[in-house]
Order: sequence, then C-alpha cells, then structure tokens
Amino acid sequence: MHGYEFYVDPSRCIGCQACVKACEECETHRGQSMINFDFIDRAETIATAAYVCWHCDEPTCAQVCPADAIKQDEDGVVHSALKSRCIACSNCVLACPFGIPKIVPKYEQMMKCDMCYDRTSVGKRPMCATVCPSQALAYVKTEDIAARREKPSNIFYFGNQKITTQVYMMTPPDTDSVTLDITAFMWEQTHAGR
Amino acid sequence: MAKSPATPEQLEADYGPHLNYTPEGGWSKESRTTPDRLVKTHCCFCGQQCGIQLKVSQNQVIGFEPWEEFPFNRGMLCPKGVKRYLQANHQDRLLSPLVRTSGGFAKASWEEALSLTVRRLREIQERYGKDSVAVFGGASLTTEKAYLMGKFARLAVGTRHIDYNGRLCMVSAGTAYKLAFDVDRSPIPWSEIPKAQVLFVIGANIGECAPITTDYIWRCRDNGGKLILADPRMTPISRNADLFLPLRPGTDLALLSGMLHVVLRDNLQDDAFIEQHTSGFEAVKASVARFDPRTAGEMTGVPPEAIEKAAHWFAKADRAIAMHARGLEHQSKGVENCSALINLTLATGHVGREGCGCTMITGQGNGQGGREHGQKCDQLPGQRSLLDPQAREHVARVWGITPDELPQPGYTAQEIMNAIHAGEIKALFSICFNPLVSLPEADFTREALEKLEFFAVTDIFLSETAHHADVVLAGSLQEEEEGVTCSAEGRVIHIQQAVDPPGDARRDSEIICDLARRLGKGQFFPFTTPREIFDELREASRGGHADYYGITYEKIDAQMGVFWPCPTLDHPGTPNLLLGGVSFFPDGKCRFQLAEWRESGDPVNEAFPLYLTTGRVVSQYLSGTQTRRIGALVDIYPEPLAELHPRLAEQYGIADKDWVTVTSRRSEITLRASVVRTIRPDTVFVPYHWAGRKSANMLTHRTLDPRSKIPEFKVSACRIQRASGPIEGERD
Ligand code: SF4
Ligand code: SF4
Ligand code: SF4
Repeated sequence: MHGYEFYVDPSRCIGCQACVKACEECETHRGQSMINFDFIDRAETIATAAYVCWHCDEPTCAQVCPADAIKQDEDGVVHSALKSRCIACSNCVLACPFGIPKIVPKYEQMMKCDMCYDRTSVGKRPMCATVCPSQALAYVKTEDIAARREKPSNIFYFGNQKITTQVYMMTPPDTDSVTLDITAFMWEQTHAGR
Repeated sequence: MAKSPATPEQLEADYGPHLNYTPEGGWSKESRTTPDRLVKTHCCFCGQQCGIQLKVSQNQVIGFEPWEEFPFNRGMLCPKGVKRYLQANHQDRLLSPLVRTSGGFAKASWEEALSLTVRRLREIQERYGKDSVAVFGGASLTTEKAYLMGKFARLAVGTRHIDYNGRLCMVSAGTAYKLAFDVDRSPIPWSEIPKAQVLFVIGANIGECAPITTDYIWRCRDNGGKLILADPRMTPISRNADLFLPLRPGTDLALLSGMLHVVLRDNLQDDAFIEQHTSGFEAVKASVARFDPRTAGEMTGVPPEAIEKAAHWFAKADRAIAMHARGLEHQSKGVENCSALINLTLATGHVGREGCGCTMITGQGNGQGGREHGQKCDQLPGQRSLLDPQAREHVARVWGITPDELPQPGYTAQEIMNAIHAGEIKALFSICFNPLVSLPEADFTREALEKLEFFAVTDIFLSETAHHADVVLAGSLQEEEEGVTCSAEGRVIHIQQAVDPPGDARRDSEIICDLARRLGKGQFFPFTTPREIFDELREASRGGHADYYGITYEKIDAQMGVFWPCPTLDHPGTPNLLLGGVSFFPDGKCRFQLAEWRESGDPVNEAFPLYLTTGRVVSQYLSGTQTRRIGALVDIYPEPLAELHPRLAEQYGIADKDWVTVTSRRSEITLRASVVRTIRPDTVFVPYHWAGRKSANMLTHRTLDPRSKIPEFKVSACRIQRASGPIEGERD
C-alpha cells in the first residue's frame, strides 16, 4: 500500500514479542493482539517466529464464512469479521491454511490481523512492522527489501493448493515459493506432480 | 536500625508491585486517537535510547507512537519501549514523601521529610565525621541529574563517598578503554556495524539486551558480513551466527588470548598499524605465547579449530568489528578481558577505519552519560580524574570553590556497602539504585542496610531497597523532567519533559537542590531548570575528554543528537573517536595492555561443580523496580527460571518446569527449571531482575575486579538439586 509491501522473515526473529505488544496499541485493536507468535520448540532451539495474516488474494476464511462476515477491501486487506454478522462459528479458524483467525470470546467475534488498516490506509506503517527490532516483520519499499540476502515470495503451496498473498515471505535466495506441508517433500506426492 | 517497618506482604499490598495493563482511561478512550501532544523523546529502559513519541493528554502519558525519523532506531522498539508508558499513572507510584514509623511508612510533608533528612545527616556527620555518609546515584538518571549528584555529594554533603549503580554495569570496559585509548566511550557509531565484513560478538545477548542492534547485525549480514558469536548460551541472535563459540563462563580471556596467538602464529597481524599507532605490543605478544589453540580449547571448551577459524576470519577481513557487553565485563578479570579484546582489534589493525573497531554495548538507559560527569567516586565532570590537580582546579573554578574543598576519591558502590556492613559508613542517601536486587550476595546487602543509622531514598516506586529506608522522597520519572542522556553509540540526546510529576512528587533535581539549600550550600545550587544545570555542566566538562561545551538542547534537536566530544558551538560532534588510529593520549598512540589470566573469585570444585551465570531477559529492565509493575511485560517472562541443559537436568532427575534448588557458597534459591538445549551442560543461567527468595543475586559473590571494582555476576560456582516446591512463603 502506498508503495510499501509487508514482508515476513521468521529467520530474523529474536522472540522479543514487541510485535505482539505493539499490535495491542493500534487504536482500533483496543488492547487485543492479532500477532501469531511461537517459540518453535524452546527445549530444542531459541528459534521463534511471528506471523501476521498473509491477506490471501482469494481468502479461504472469507469463502467459508456462512455469515458473509469477512470482508476484503479494495487494498486487498482481509478484515476481522464484522461484529454485526459474525456468529463465532469458527469455520474460518479451521479453514485458514495458515491458522490466523481467532475467536475472541470476550467479544464473541473473529478477530484477525487487518494490517493496521487505520494506519496503513493513511500511509502510516503497521505497528508490528514499525517496531520489530530485527525487522523480521518489515513494511518497506521493494528496493529496500532487495538489499536483503533472502528473497520475497508470495506463492505458497499446501500440497497441491496454490495460494497467492499480499504479504510476502522471505525465503532462501534459490527458491521462489514456500512449501509448508510435509507431503510436498514425500516421494509419492511430488511424483504426482503439481 | 533500618529494618523493614512492615511485613513484605503489607508493603506489597500498599506499594506493589501491582500489574498495570491498561492505559489511563481505558483502551477505548477518545483521547487515545486524538492526544493533545506527541512528545518526541526517548525510551528509558536501556542504553539503546530509542527515539519514541509519547502521547500526552491532559498532563497524562496515555500511549506511544513510533518516531520513525530518529536515525538510530527508525521507529523500532522492543516490548519495554512499547509498554513503557504504562509506568505512568501507576497505582504504586509514590505521590508524597514517606517516613518510617513503628507501624509502617506514613505519608509526610516535604518540610517534614527534608528537615528530618538534613537533621539526621548533620547529626551523623558531626558524630562520626563527614565521610560517615555515602551517596548512591544511578545510570538511569539524566546526565544533568548525574552531574548534580556528584556536586551534591562533594559540596553539599561534603563526603568523598559517592558512587553509582553503573559500577555494576560496565566499568571494567570503561577502565580498559581508558587504558588503551584514554577515553571511555564506544569508539564508533552504530552506522559502522553494517559496513563490517566480520562481526565478532562476545558476551553480549544483543537480541534481548540491545534489541535494536540486531537490525544492524542483520544488515551487516545482508551486505555479506559474517557473524561470530561467543557465549555460554545460544542467545536469540545465535540463530544466524556463522560461527558459534560456546565458551565456558569466565574463560573469555583464554579464548581471546588463543585467537591472538593464532593471529601471530600465522602472521596475520597488521605490522604497519602496530608500528605506527601502538605501544606495548611485544609484552602482549609474549603473554599469549602459551595460549596455543589446544590450550585455549581446553580452558574454554571451544574446539581448537573453531578458535583458529574465528581468528582467521577476524584477522583476514579488511573490515571487522568486535562487540561486547556484560558477559565479558562482569568478571573479576573484567578489565583484562576487555583489554584482550582491544589487543586483538589493535593487532589486526581494525581501529580507526570505516567498518572497523571494538565497541562496548551500554546496558543502562544513561549508562554512558551517567558515567561522564562526576557521579563516579574518582571522577570530575568531563571524564576528568579527581586526582588530577589541573582538573580539580578547573572544576573548583566553575563551582566557585577552592580545589582543597573538593574531597579526594571515595569508595566504589560495593565497597560502600562493605563499609556500611563494617560500621564505617553510618548513613546513606540513595537515588535510582536498588542494591538489594542488583548487588551480589543479597543477604549481605540486607544486613548492611539494616545496620544503617539513617537511610534516605529518592525513588518513583517503593523498591525492595527502599523498604529499609527511614525517609523516602517521591521523585520523578524520566518523562517528568527534561535533560540529556548519552546512548550506547555516544550520541547525546534530548529527553523531553512530557508531563509534570503527579501528586506531591517532585522533580529529582528540585529535591536535590532543596536539600543542598537546607544543608547550607544553596549558593552552589541556584538551579531552577535542568537547562541551567546543563549550562554549568557544559562549562565544567569544557576541555575534558567528554567535552559537552558545544552541545545545546537546540543543537541536539536540530541534528537528532550530538556525539561528544563537541568542544565549540560550531563543532558538529565526533561520531568516530579514533579516526586514523589516533587515540586521546598526548602521543596519539593506542596502548596494548597486558591481560593476564586469573581464576574466578568463586571457583568451581567438587562441592560446587557447576557454573552459575546471570543476565537479563528482553521484557525486564535492571532490578525491575519499574518493569515488574507493567503487566504486559511481566506476562512475557513472569518469574526467574533456572535454565539447564537436558543432559544436566537428566543427571539430577529434573524435568522442564520442575522445581530446582540452586545453591552457591552464599545461599540457595528455589525456582522452576527451564530445560533447554541452548545452554552449556555445565552451566546454570538465572536472570536477575527479581527480589526475594528467587533472586539470582542471593547466590552471587562479592569478588571485585581489582581495578574497576565491578562484581563477578557472570561467574559463580553452584550445585543443583530437584526440589518438591518453592521455598516456604514463596508463591508458585
Ligand atoms: S491467511 Fe488466513 S486469515 Fe489471512 S486472508 Fe488468508 S485465509 Fe484469511
Ligand atoms: S517484534 Fe520482530 S523480532 Fe520481536 S517477536 Fe516480533 S517478529 Fe520477532
Ligand atoms: S528498552 Fe532499549 S531497545 Fe527497548 S525500546 Fe527501550 S531503548 Fe529501545
């Protein structure tokens, strides 16, 4: 938006949770954090990862919503369920291939990352990507991201399902898509071809 | 007797720590979207001193907005910065002075509290002599306040004993840099970091303790740079280390000596640089002769090939930077450790050029500025020595006294506590220091505090140390008084006053000046604003190495900070201190320093077979006086855990989250275990931000580095045992 794109690079994350805490501070979020943050396996590694919503070009969450509560705006941002429509059925929670939407029991509503739409729509950067001290979450211009050793991709494969997104994942320089399902590495699956 | 006047439970009920989660007025308050003002200032919670904008509405700090134009952090913040605004309007905040009564603390008027303080200090000094009173300052104070504390102690109180909590932070590095370059500051600004081809980081948990520096390191790697990391723990930045050296706690000197040995053995030193820009090389060369990689490997636990590789990478790179923090410095040979790192940097010629250098990473908010202008026991403003007759004369002239009226150097922080325990020092005036949590051997500190005949504390919250006070003076938060600080990279920056102190709380500098007047020295403390203090500081520092004369608040705002020295009003400041390899010594040479091996002051043996090392977590700041009251931060890491390797845990039958008792030669604490594969199996790590029976500093020891007097927080001996539950009276 406004010449900026959102990039996620878990390999840079230092687990500080500034993003988690800053998300609460975005005015419209009112104390609710929408970041998905994980210690991947603290017993084995210090590796951590933080994700925002990928803002799919064709959002599964919205497709499966029986109440038509999840809206994508003209900038491609997929919003939290509309409070007036959401029936808190959790269909979106189960359907999103990335595990992003969450039902907030307090409000009986699905809330998710809206890329700080109140900020980004007026040319400001989202809270999380502004504060992230490692820039594992980054909201920058294309030429800035080109200076990195990793390279951006917004094509994801879940088995044979191809998903393209607004948000980019930083990947090792020699790949152009991200594979997130073990079956993709299995001989019988790859053999069948994409 | 300065025993705590009430039970810890009572004090906690009244003064916290309670957890604040929500901004003043709640999340939905209209003013959050339309604040009256956005105040461009800096975070108070570490030496990175990130630029931040505080949202202010009706004289209350209600939130923050990133400050993306500030060049150091460009909007980046760690969680402490994000949530720091929640310390404002906190229910635990001290809103008036307190005096001790038999039943607890009672609210008092300023007149009552200050006249009592002055009367007791006078009585004690008349009875036991001037030096029976000591003064403690802190490195979270602005530079104006730190300057004022030095002047207050020496002129108004008239004691030689003034020191500060920076003594626990990085004084060993400062001492080593003064010995090598005659100046105590990071020689390079952070903008050099991305230009290096090799970064060698030793004893610095950058991801958690200097979070913004992570981005500089990643950008260095984007430019093709390699990261070498030496630490007993795989800290967060280890995930992208190109070479990791898992050294045993307290063996840094052997690693550095081994690396220099390899450099010299393989003839990788920079002979021209050594010849033109240094002295003392031959003695250092001889001293590392015995540290062949095998010997160094045996001492450190790092494979000899890895030591060789690190030495080769560092020496062969055209541009290389060595960075260190408390891991290297918190040792009874802290000065030697830092000298060894400087020696390696000098021998390889990585000084005074683009993308080159050695640097210390400041920890405390104003860890740099707080140690420049006289808050240290042997120092006068401008980083001058209290023993230097010319310096005494200059400062005496600025202050309007004769040099003879300036006391001689006094004790350092731990020595002051030792002297209190020994009965030599009878009264203490402390600001911005929580020694019960931050000094080693907490039981000793508690005994000492209980022996004080009079103890006055100035603070914003009732710290665990303040429980022992006779008088508590309600002071100000960083956002309540204007001033300057100096960041890790040596940039002097402007702290804005965003709001007034609440209730009857007063600005720290007003309290100090009022006390000075009541002590009969008002003519030396005529200040009504921080700017007046700063203007005197500029004069007092003039001509010293830390020369602030050319710095003004306006210039800082216009330039987004000014690097010292800045000797004249038209001088732009000095980001790089050692350009061209020229030091601050009269001959311009950089000096190699002998760095000889010494064992730790608390050696590991059969009875105490494990190393204990302490440190920080990203969500807490220092002794936790402020950050243990911010719910959003406490949630990230609520209580101290003992980090153990699974191999060690298995040996003792300990599973993750089990209770474990850690015992040292001083005491024992019982905590939950965090069983992780990221720490050496011979080492236990406990973060130190907490008070009471889980406090890491119950276990640490009082051995000091002989020159810098820094305690050895990073190396103690301990043993562990599985426990069935917490120590009685402690919460789960
Ligand atoms: S990532 Fe999930 S929540 Fe986000 S748009 Fe795609 S399906 Fe919806
Ligand atoms: S702020 Fe950045 S580094 Fe910190 S947890 Fe979030 S993504 Fe990771
Ligand atoms: S604590 Fe340090 S790194 Fe974190 S926001 Fe504050 S100054 Fe920046």
